[in-house]
Amino acid sequence: MGFFFEVLIGGLLSGVLYALVALGFVLIYKASGVFNFAQGAMVFFAALTFVGFQEVLPGWTGLDADSNVVFWLAFVLALAAMIVLGILTEKVVLRPLVNQPHITLFMATIGLTFLIEGIAQALWGANVRGLSLGIADEPVEWIMESADILVSKFDLFAATLAGALVASLALFFQYTKVGRALRAVADDHQAALSIGIPLQHIWAIVWAVAGFVALVAGLIWGARSGVQFALTFTALKALPVLILGGFTSVPGAIVGGLIIGASEKLAEVYIGPFVGGGIEGWFPYVLALGFLLIRPEGLFGERHIDRV
Amino acid sequence: MLYREAGQFKVSYQEDQQIFPIRQDRVGFIAILGFFFLVLPFLASEYWLQAILIPVLIFSLAAIGLNILTGYAGQLSLGSAAFMAVGAFGAYNFMLRVDGMPFLVALAIGGLCAALVGVAFGLPSLRIKGFYLAVATLAAQFFIVWALVKFPWFSNNSSSGVISAQQIEILGFAFDTPVSKYLLTLGIVAVLALAAKNLVRSTTGRSWMAVRDMDVAAEVIGIRPMFAKLSAFAVSSFYCGVAGALYAYAYLGTVEPEGFNLDLSFKILFMIIIGGVGSIMGSFLGAAFIVLLPIFLNVAMHSLFAGSMPAGLGSNLELIIFGGLIIFFLIVEPHGLARLWQIGKEKLRLWPFPH
Repeated sequence: MGFFFEVLIGGLLSGVLYALVALGFVLIYKASGVFNFAQGAMVFFAALTFVGFQEVLPGWTGLDADSNVVFWLAFVLALAAMIVLGILTEKVVLRPLVNQPHITLFMATIGLTFLIEGIAQALWGANVRGLSLGIADEPVEWIMESADILVSKFDLFAATLAGALVASLALFFQYTKVGRALRAVADDHQAALSIGIPLQHIWAIVWAVAGFVALVAGLIWGARSGVQFALTFTALKALPVLILGGFTSVPGAIVGGLIIGASEKLAEVYIGPFVGGGIEGWFPYVLALGFLLIRPEGLFGERHIDRV
Repeated sequence: MLYREAGQFKVSYQEDQQIFPIRQDRVGFIAILGFFFLVLPFLASEYWLQAILIPVLIFSLAAIGLNILTGYAGQLSLGSAAFMAVGAFGAYNFMLRVDGMPFLVALAIGGLCAALVGVAFGLPSLRIKGFYLAVATLAAQFFIVWALVKFPWFSNNSSSGVISAQQIEILGFAFDTPVSKYLLTLGIVAVLALAAKNLVRSTTGRSWMAVRDMDVAAEVIGIRPMFAKLSAFAVSSFYCGVAGALYAYAYLGTVEPEGFNLDLSFKILFMIIIGGVGSIMGSFLGAAFIVLLPIFLNVAMHSLFAGSMPAGLGSNLELIIFGGLIIFFLIVEPHGLARLWQIGKEKLRLWPFPH
C-alpha cells in the first residue's frame, strides 16, 4: 500500500506542474479566446532567459554567482522579458488578427511557437543547463518515518509554490480593478468594450500574466529536469489537463492537472507492464477523451448551448 | 484580354455544372496537366523529381485529406500524420503478407485501413467540438505512433518499427526510377484530387459544408450530422492514408513510425492554412509553399553567409523566419494563397480595362 501512495503522491505532485502550464493556457483562452499553443515555448523561453541572466549577471555586475541578489535580479529581468514578449505578441500578432476565425489565431500561435523557440536558442544557445532553486531533491524525513512514504522536499516546495501562485491569481482576479476588468472581458468582449474597458490593454496584461505563470512553471520544471528544449513539450502535457478541466476554468486546470498527473503515473505503473510500457504519452489523452464523451465541456467548463 | 468569358453560353445543366465553367480555365488546366505529365519528366533533374516534386505531390494529397475534414466539414484535426502512418503500415503489411498483392490494391487497402481508424477516432466528434476535438485528435496521433512502435507485428519485427517499402511493380513494370515514381504519384494524385473536387461539389460535400457552418441548423434541415461527420473523417483519413503509403513507397522508401510525428501533422495543417482552408487548389499551393520554403531558406542562408556563421544559428534563424513568415501570412492573407489566386483571376478578367 505504501508503494501505491508513493506513486499517487508523486503523480499528484507532477500534476501540479501540468496544472501550472495549463493555467497559462486558461488565462489566455478565457480573456481572448485564443488557444495559445505557444505556452510551452513561453515556458522554455522564460526558463532559458532566467538561466541565461544568471550566467551573465555576475560578469556584468561583479556579484557572486550564488548570491540571492543575482537570483532575484535574474528573476526580475526574466519577468520583464516575459512581459515585453506578452505585449509584443498582443501588438504584433493578435491585434491585426482580431475577428479572424479561432483556427487562424491558433495557427498564428503555432507560428509564434517556432519564433519563440528560435529566438530563445539564438539568444542563449541550445545547451542543456542546470537550474537550482536552492531546494534539495531529497525525501522529507518525518513523512518517511511516520508513514514510510518517500515524498521529495522539492516536490512539496513546488506544490506549495503553485498553490500560492493560484491563490494570489485568484485574489488578483477577485479583488483588484484590473482583475475585475479581466473577468468582464472573459465574460463578454462586447459588453466589456461598451462599458469602456480597453480590450487591448487587457489582452496585453493577460499575456504578461501568462508570461509570469510560464516563468514560474519554467523555473520549477527547469530545476526538476534541466533547462532544455524538452521544456516546450510541457505544452503537450497540459493539453489533456485542459480538456479534462475545461478551457475556461482556473479550478478546472488545477483539478484536471491533479487527476491527469495521478492517473498517468498509476496507469504507467499498474497497466503499463501489460502492454509494453511507455503509455504515459497517450494515456492522459485517452482518459480525457473518455471523460469528454460523458461531459463534452470538461469538468468545470461552461455549458455550451446551441441556438439556431 | 484573353481571359474573357464573353460569348460562352451555357445551354444545358451539364455545361453549367462543369468544374471549370470558363473555356480558358479548361484549356489552361489541361495545358498545366500536360506540362506536368509530358514535359516536366524530361526537364527536371532527378534531384528535383525525387526531393521536391514527389513530396509536394504527396503532401498535396495529405493536405486535400485534411482540407476535406477541416476546411469542408469544419472538424479541426491534429492527427493527420498518424493516419498517414496507418496508410503506410497498412499498405506495407498487405504487400508483405498477401502473395501477389497488386500495388494499387495495397495502396487502396492502406487508405481503407486509415479510413477505418479515422472513423474510430472521429467518433468523439459527435459529442465534442472545436478545440476540445482538436486536442482529442491528438490522442489518435500519440496512440497510433505508440502502437506502431510497441507492437512489432506491424513492422514485421524490425527494430524500433522501421519498415523498408517493397519495390513498386504494376503489371510487371517496375517503378524504380525517380521519373517513373513521379509519374505514378502524379497519376494517383491527379485522379484522387479530381475525385475530391467532385466530391465536395456533391450532396455529401454540401452536407459537410452545412455541418461546418452550423451543425444544429444542418440537423434541422435534415442532414444527419453523424453520417456527415463520420464520412468526412473516413474520406479524409483515406486520402491521408494513401498519401502516407505513397510517402513510404514513392518518396522515402524507409519509414519509421516516429517519422509520422506531431510536427508532420502541424506541417499539413500549415499547408491548408497557408494554401487556403476549404479549397482543393489551395492544398496544392500550400503544400508547394511549405515544402519549398525550408529548402529555399536553406539555400538562401548558405549563399548569403557561406560558412561565416555558427552552425547552430542557421537552424535557429530558419525557425525564426519560418515562424515569422507564418504569422506574416496569416495577417496579410488569412484566406490563404487560394484567395490570392482567385483575386488574380478576377483582376485578369478586367485587364487591361479598369471596369
